[in-house]
Amino acid sequence: MRLLTHNMLASNVKGVKNGYPLRIEATTVETKTADFNPEFLKRMFPKLEWKAFCEASAALGEKGLPAQVSPETLEDEEFLKAFHHSLLELHVEEGALICPETGRKFPVNKGIPNMLLNEDEC
Amino acid sequence: MKFKHLQSLIQDLEHFRKPRMELEQYPTAAELATCMMFTSKETGDIEDKVVVDLGCGCGTLAISAILLGASYVIGVEIDSGAIEVALENCEGFEDLYLDMIQCNLANIAGLRLKADTVVMNPPFGTKTEGADMEFLKCAFQVAETAVYSLHKRSTREYIRKFAMTKLKAVSAKVAFYLCWSLNLSHTLQFFIR
Repeated sequence: MRLLTHNMLASNVKGVKNGYPLRIEATTVETKTADFNPEFLKRMFPKLEWKAFCEASAALGEKGLPAQVSPETLEDEEFLKAFHHSLLELHVEEGALICPETGRKFPVNKGIPNMLLNEDEC
Repeated sequence: MKFKHLQSLIQDLEHFRKPRMELEQYPTAAELATCMMFTSKETGDIEDKVVVDLGCGCGTLAISAILLGASYVIGVEIDSGAIEVALENCEGFEDLYLDMIQCNLANIAGLRLKADTVVMNPPFGTKTEGADMEFLKCAFQVAETAVYSLHKRSTREYIRKFAMTKLKAVSAKVAFYLCWSLNLSHTLQFFIR
């Protein structure tokens, strides 16, 4: 599971109001190189919840992303490389995503988050 | 990538090991998948886009989307068995910018899944009534621009009306029509928001 995907996940349990972002508890993280595509990064940036993304990135050990991003930052190659690395090259293989409101754990196995709910959660 | 090349790659993909009838599991036929994905690519809805495959099964459409130039693809699938096969299929390729999420579409609204394009081969509703319409509703929640979906020819008018009135599609049209070997006629319908 890349952080791009994680940025789109929230607790889908019925009744939960503050189920985003999910906290990451990773037991296995892998780094896999991905092609650097600045245009893709610039297009994706506005679609991200940036604060949640920075937190997730920090949880995986990459704390260098700036809290504020200006149009100039988006042209800065050093920033783009760090952004690229966190967005596409870090994979949470094993671990869990944790609901900030209830503490409910959504397991991640083989890189796939399991968002299936129990009967009483639908 | 050429049509025949994609078609033969799809043909080599692994299929469901123990297809679950209640989920209407079957792999999307290679020619059908290739036609559908090429159509969506030609309309500009695949290349450099974020694509979601709802009910991705063994990953046929999701993998095709990457091979045809999608920037990023997310496959959503409920069944662990299917996911296992999809993972194996992905291993056959390098650099697949593809993630999968295990989720029941009935609970997908709580996630914040958004994509440029949704592609899918949904259940037709032969086992669980209304399954195809549920998939369509989810597709419209997720897709920001276009939805490509396979349906039975007999439901064409109903789906068109449903998409235009209830789902607020900007347009709904048949993009492709192919007779399929199991004696069901499938119509590809193309909705643009």
